[in-house]
Amino acid sequence: MAFGATDTDIATESEARAMTGNEAIARGVWEAGAKVAAAYPGTPSTEILEALALYPEDDIAAQWSINEKVALDTAIGASFGGVRAFAAMKHVGLNVAADALMSQSYIGANGGLVIAVCDDPGIHSSQNEQDTRLFARMALVPVLEPSDQQEALDYTRLAFEVSERFDTPVILRGSTRLSHSRGKIWTGSRSTDEPKPFLERPDKNVMIPAHARARHPVALERERLIGDWLVEAGLTRREDGPDGATDRVGYITAGPAYTYLREILPDAPVLKLGASYPLPTGLIEEFVASYDRVLVVEELEGVIEESVRVRGIAVEGKAYFPRTGELSPEMVRAGLVAAGVLAPPEKTEAPIEFEPLIRPPLLCAGCPHSTCYLALRSANARVMGDIGCYTLAVVEPLSAIDTCVAMGSGIANAAGLAKAGTESKPIVATIGDSTFMHSGITPLIDAVYNNANITVFILDNHITAMTGGQDHPGTGKTLRGKETHKVDYEALVRAIGVTWVQQIDSYDVANVQRVLGDAIDHRGVSVIISDRPCVLDPVRIKGPAMTVVPDDCTACQACMNLGCPAITWSDEWHDGRHRVEIDQTLCIGCSLCAQLCAPGGIIPAADAPVALS
Amino acid sequence: MSGTAPTNVLIVGVGGQGVIMVSKVLAELCISQGLNVKQSEVHGMAKRGGAVFSHVRYGDTIHSPTIPKGEVDILVAMEWAEALRWLGHLRPGGILIADTQRIVPPFACLNRERGADRRYTLETPPEILELVATGHAFDAGGMARDLGNERASNTIILGALSTTLDFPADAWLEIIRKAVPPKTVEVNERAFAAGRAWVETTDTEVEPYSVKAEIPAAPKVARLHPDLIIRDAWCKSCDICVKMCPERCLALDEREIVVLTNPDACTGCRLCEWLCPDFAISVALRETERVAAE
Repeated sequence: MAFGATDTDIATESEARAMTGNEAIARGVWEAGAKVAAAYPGTPSTEILEALALYPEDDIAAQWSINEKVALDTAIGASFGGVRAFAAMKHVGLNVAADALMSQSYIGANGGLVIAVCDDPGIHSSQNEQDTRLFARMALVPVLEPSDQQEALDYTRLAFEVSERFDTPVILRGSTRLSHSRGKIWTGSRSTDEPKPFLERPDKNVMIPAHARARHPVALERERLIGDWLVEAGLTRREDGPDGATDRVGYITAGPAYTYLREILPDAPVLKLGASYPLPTGLIEEFVASYDRVLVVEELEGVIEESVRVRGIAVEGKAYFPRTGELSPEMVRAGLVAAGVLAPPEKTEAPIEFEPLIRPPLLCAGCPHSTCYLALRSANARVMGDIGCYTLAVVEPLSAIDTCVAMGSGIANAAGLAKAGTESKPIVATIGDSTFMHSGITPLIDAVYNNANITVFILDNHITAMTGGQDHPGTGKTLRGKETHKVDYEALVRAIGVTWVQQIDSYDVANVQRVLGDAIDHRGVSVIISDRPCVLDPVRIKGPAMTVVPDDCTACQACMNLGCPAITWSDEWHDGRHRVEIDQTLCIGCSLCAQLCAPGGIIPAADAPVALS
Repeated sequence: MSGTAPTNVLIVGVGGQGVIMVSKVLAELCISQGLNVKQSEVHGMAKRGGAVFSHVRYGDTIHSPTIPKGEVDILVAMEWAEALRWLGHLRPGGILIADTQRIVPPFACLNRERGADRRYTLETPPEILELVATGHAFDAGGMARDLGNERASNTIILGALSTTLDFPADAWLEIIRKAVPPKTVEVNERAFAAGRAWVETTDTEVEPYSVKAEIPAAPKVARLHPDLIIRDAWCKSCDICVKMCPERCLALDEREIVVLTNPDACTGCRLCEWLCPDFAISVALRETERVAAE
């Protein structure tokens, strides 16, 4: 692509360009003069660091960390060093980094410290839809909420200023919609300050009980100051609409919900908050007093609504708007109708609706994970899954995952299930290479330490695949594509104390079955490492396609059990069932289906009679 | 504070088809023409062969990045079933541009019963074109194949889209040249021209791209009940049938002899009968009426 994600060449004067929310946040980090940025990939936040890596290395050290806590701790370290520092993560990533955030809130920030946390309302690609604003309130850390791409850039720059002015980490809250929407925005130039010296104040930087007790009130004190400062800075603002408006209903909103509200009510009086926490002291009272009725429109939890009500101010909100899912103009309209503010839409012609085709996401054609799950299903194993592409193996036809909780949970879940002593099936934990790095190593040590009778299947496809192909310590490459040390999984696992370890090629279907059987038979912790690269990243693999010889297809459906998107039913029938055919553009020639085809009806297209290929 | 209403284009398709590429081209074009634009998509799961959509809105002032349902001016579908999924979002009088190619997901091919057909949209392009004010449905995939590059179908769609929007063709081409791999610029230029030409001459019914062939109907087959006859004495516990059974309905019991554990799943495909090295399994198919009578 000659534009979009890579279009972050440095302009010194302001110019308009199309950027996603994530690219805009990255731009804001760079313009703010940040020197260090770290992240673990996670939808929808991944592209922030990828975009930052396109800025000069001399400007900013941008790197993948092994997990979100390490990313935040790295940024904290840089902040101690007096430079502006940044970490990015998805909402559930903050759970991993929360331990550091809770203490750092008391410590503050020497160099500006900003954490972009991208929520996933609607759960497009996550395991839950927790609201980061609640976390911010618990941590006593301000949470700035841009509503569009321009604000994503502007608020990011400003977040560093808030951080330094009020001596606090600052969360910048994104969302899937903001992160992955592209808008026309105006960019600025990079400003850099001289790094501050290391602040030698153990009473502030070392959180022993006596120090922490003194710092907690400091964190509470800044709560009041920041809310009002955001009003002065223009982030929190009243938009009272045209003069003489007869509408006596006002609205309080923040973040992307603002754009949906404006779509439905372009001229309504709105109090737009730059942050749901902390709130300004006097402005909300004044705003609410100006109108007969005030509705709060916010995505996910009623954070603003509750905080305002606690002050004894009457507002409404979640009675009309859902606490689940992503908001949309349609949902805001429905909420306003329910609240009696808008008239119900006139009954018009019923829209043309058809029952939608079920088209869930799938493992790719040639995905090396598919045979692993095929074998696990035929071994009738109890499979404790983890987070990654391979979670897609939960649906038919692979249908081979029993649980999936959070990053790195599978191994300890398996060990716990084994200790329960209730399971008659063989217990197997499956975990991808990147997730194993992120949080799978410690539970594996624990499983060996406690002598759990489980098999751990490390699905090594040499990349963080689900988020679009990011490097990690197991790939031997950095975010900027430089060679670095590559972790040797087998040596690592043996050092932990696992005695039964085998590496396998997951493209050898029979061997996967055989080795899995041996691993299950081993008493104690056994580890299988499947070794085949992802077919999409870092390079798209495309070999010569396979094809089906129709007369040799008995329509047994064995190949369909792979769930391969390249294999589908043809228009031909055999003995009452559809024969299959292979999409030549999608097929990468992995031969897995051919290995499953008992009649030998699947062959390389090049070997087929001319009429077939 | 609101200017003229924005123009709303919804682009839909299947992961890997180039929905994002098409919407980025349109968004970049709007920027190059000095317009305000918002484009919204969702990454992640959608890319793995799932349904993909991208909203593009342009004009003076745009608030929501997504298009409210029923306000889509132009629906661009790169796959037939996806066109139907989103048709309800089109405003009355809106335009449909659809590639009639069918991408049938494995999920639509799960029913293992005899005579079971795909679960895929049955509505045909002529039926749908009757329902919309303006519609262009054609086999862009086939057109691209004939141009020598199957992946160029999205540029053909862009060509068709360009006839419905008020931007000069040269401005489109300038953006497309930047968006496609350098080696494919020439074929994409031809693809763009082909897409434009198809819409502009559509009243003369350009065969063979106008409508794809109908889906053949499923044959009428007798409902048969499979009976598995297992000769225990001949089974030597090799478990070939267990591992190879497509319906995973066989297992070895505590004697290490094969048993049918899930009779309802057995389709009578005979794979076990053919694969057994010891002739220990055979399959008999009985008509279900007789089964019921027994």
